Amino acid sequence: MPASEASRDRILKLAVIGTAAGAFSGMFGVGGGTVIVPLLILWLGFGERLATGTSLAAIVVIALLAAGLQGAYGNLEPLKALVVAVPALGGIAVGAALQQRLPERAISLLFAVLLLVIAVQLAID
Amino acid sequence: MDASLLEIAAAAALGFAGGMVGGLLGVGGGILFVPALALFLDESQLGAVATSLLAIVPVAVVGVWRQNRYGNVRLRDGLIVGALSPLGVVAGVVLSNAVSERALELAFAALLVLIAGQLAIRGLRPTGADADG
Repeated sequence: MPASEASRDRILKLAVIGTAAGAFSGMFGVGGGTVIVPLLILWLGFGERLATGTSLAAIVVIALLAAGLQGAYGNLEPLKALVVAVPALGGIAVGAALQQRLPERAISLLFAVLLLVIAVQLAID
Repeated sequence: MDASLLEIAAAAALGFAGGMVGGLLGVGGGILFVPALALFLDESQLGAVATSLLAIVPVAVVGVWRQNRYGNVRLRDGLIVGALSPLGVVAGVVLSNAVSERALELAFAALLVLIAGQLAIRGLRPTGADADG
């Protein structure tokens, strides 16, 4: 396959992943990273660390758009957002640092546990 | 905001834990932000999801910044995924109005179990057994 075709194939897969992530978020309120990380790993051959870091970049865009839309409907409570977000800023820095010390395969296993928790939540909802 | 100090502390603790999950697994942390907002800060379920999205923005920005320093971000790929997501949101909303919500939930749950199985198999395989490693 010529290089340009390979890169077109790759961009198409990324576009499908974005669409799927959006669709699941739109339907269930969970979505973003839950869908993006496994697909980047299993479908595009990303290593676990690269998949999680890249997923966060996508989530910035997704959350920004979705929060903007929710804001237009007057559904946001910025003060309450701060109560969870400020400690979470520290949490994500600690979590990312911790992740660098884990073997990549362990990240896949932890992610499998997360998906099972979400699946149970959805099923008993 | 009329939550008690204890409730605020509990919400903050869940916020920290949500951030940690985000750093470890590359998700936004909404899985813990939403219950923190709904249980301890008196938000409705809909309001909690909305406010959680707002909280995720700065948290994910810091996550990208940290992970980028570790060399774990393909920014262009992430932006392509993010930019295409609104298309999916529209498709998802249309679909959820056409099909029973309960059926969708169960189908998505089954899909997640399937993906979890794939990841678990990968996680348990000895490192270096595959070509892309």
